[in-house]
Amino acid sequence: MKKKNSVFLIITIPAFLLFFIFHSYPALQGIFYSFTDWKGYGDWNFVGLKNYLNVFKDGRAGDAYLFTFKFAIVSTILVNIISLLVAIGLNSKIKFHKTLRAIYFLPYILSILIVGFIFNFIFAHFLPQIGDAFGWEFLTRNILGNPDLAWIGIVIVAVWQAVSFNTILYLAGLVTISEDLYEAASIDGAGVWTKFWKITFPLIAPFFTINMVLSLKNFLMVFDQIVALTGGGPGKSTESISLLIYRGGFEGGEFAYQSANAVIYFIVIIVFSIIQLKFLNKREVEN
Amino acid sequence: MNRKKTSWLVTTFLILGSLLILFPLYLTITIAFKTPPEMAGNLLALPKSWSFDNFAKAIEMTNFFNAFKNSAFVTIFVVIFTVLTNSLVSYAIARNLHKKFYKFLYFYFLSAMFIPFPIIMLPLVKQTSSWGMDNLVGLIILYIVFNLSFNVFIYIGYIRAIPVELEEAAIMDGASTWGVFWKVIFPLLAPMNATVAIITSLGAWNDFMLPLVLLSDREMATLPLVQYIFQGQFSTDYNLAFASYLMALAPMIIVYIFAQKWIISGVMKGSIK
Repeated sequence: MKKKNSVFLIITIPAFLLFFIFHSYPALQGIFYSFTDWKGYGDWNFVGLKNYLNVFKDGRAGDAYLFTFKFAIVSTILVNIISLLVAIGLNSKIKFHKTLRAIYFLPYILSILIVGFIFNFIFAHFLPQIGDAFGWEFLTRNILGNPDLAWIGIVIVAVWQAVSFNTILYLAGLVTISEDLYEAASIDGAGVWTKFWKITFPLIAPFFTINMVLSLKNFLMVFDQIVALTGGGPGKSTESISLLIYRGGFEGGEFAYQSANAVIYFIVIIVFSIIQLKFLNKREVEN
Repeated sequence: MNRKKTSWLVTTFLILGSLLILFPLYLTITIAFKTPPEMAGNLLALPKSWSFDNFAKAIEMTNFFNAFKNSAFVTIFVVIFTVLTNSLVSYAIARNLHKKFYKFLYFYFLSAMFIPFPIIMLPLVKQTSSWGMDNLVGLIILYIVFNLSFNVFIYIGYIRAIPVELEEAAIMDGASTWGVFWKVIFPLLAPMNATVAIITSLGAWNDFMLPLVLLSDREMATLPLVQYIFQGQFSTDYNLAFASYLMALAPMIIVYIFAQKWIISGVMKGSIK
């Protein structure tokens, strides 16, 4: 028995150490340096909470937070509505079921960055060509070049890709619902709408919760799509928090300052997740 | 189910929707084969001739085979070692969850899932480059270690459902803890191993951020990173750029065409855990 215990320790202790060295230790270092003025090289001094106060006063950081929230909330809602609809469609009696499912899941296996580059071309050249051909004024200009509209382009690409994964998750929930429930409801005279709200939705509520939390968390970290589509522009209108940390930290000599930003960002993500879980769990119970 | 009639209305809507997904790929394929003068005409048209010139140029310019080799090297090693090590660690934790240390480990790995990568990014890059880990081997090690967080979570749920009696029988026959794991448990984990292998390979193959911040040498760039590096040089030669994108996407698409059934069910199993 003693020997068995030591084998388990030989397995888990190295795993723990490696994880600590490459994950926790950098996180702790980031927190430590967030209280200093380190540029990423050279000497440093403790500056207390100065970095944190500066992040709150920094217009660029404020804009990055606002953009990221706006993008993440709109994308989360759209992705969940669309994937739920697609999943319900794929779960009903249809032709070409396997092929359609395979097509809807396809975006999940593609590199987000490359998809972004392809859409970049679509926004810059293909849509304006369509706009010119049909005389649709609003399509003739590249929306990625417009500071007020560029974020919509990023939402479109993010949603295009994320629907695939969320659809699969909803589908996993939908296949567990017995057909008898719907038949019984039909006999009682329930319509499509009633069936959705009284049967489908309550039964897949746990999947809805997971999907909302996961998508919001992923969208709050948006990076690849922005690098491929706008690079944060025009101006700084689509600069996300991740991109700001990357730029400021690696290119701007703001190691300590962006570390403070990262700590705030972490707290924001945790708070968002907790609020969402509380709110959605309450809904589940009520239903 | 069988009593219901096929809904053509739903089928039609889904087919229309699927065109939105296939359209960017159609555009990618046709543009990759076109010549620059053709770009002035209708973008929806098929290429006048299917020539591979753009591909040859892109292969030479981006050193495609080198990037492909890098991506394949990273993905293969990450998948093999993630499955072997993460399942082993999960097993050790799962069978000792009643003990404090292992319970702590379980929540420790789990909680890391809530820490977004950008938060550890800056110190991590400093640390890895000063330790000479700013290369493909460093990348592989980091992926394997970071994967623990999610994989421990999905493996443990599965391992807890395997009856301990199976192991006890093997121990009676004189098998060691190692023997029990590799001969009894690991084969039983096959469905979860497949799920982990699929999710891990997609993650490693398509990841952009970690290679971007970690790798210092251009020669080591993986396929997505190469597209980013050459973005400026492609400039307005979209035919060249799209040939390069298509070659970077193609390996995964080809695997997907043949294995989509397993890939979808694998991802589904991993996500409902």
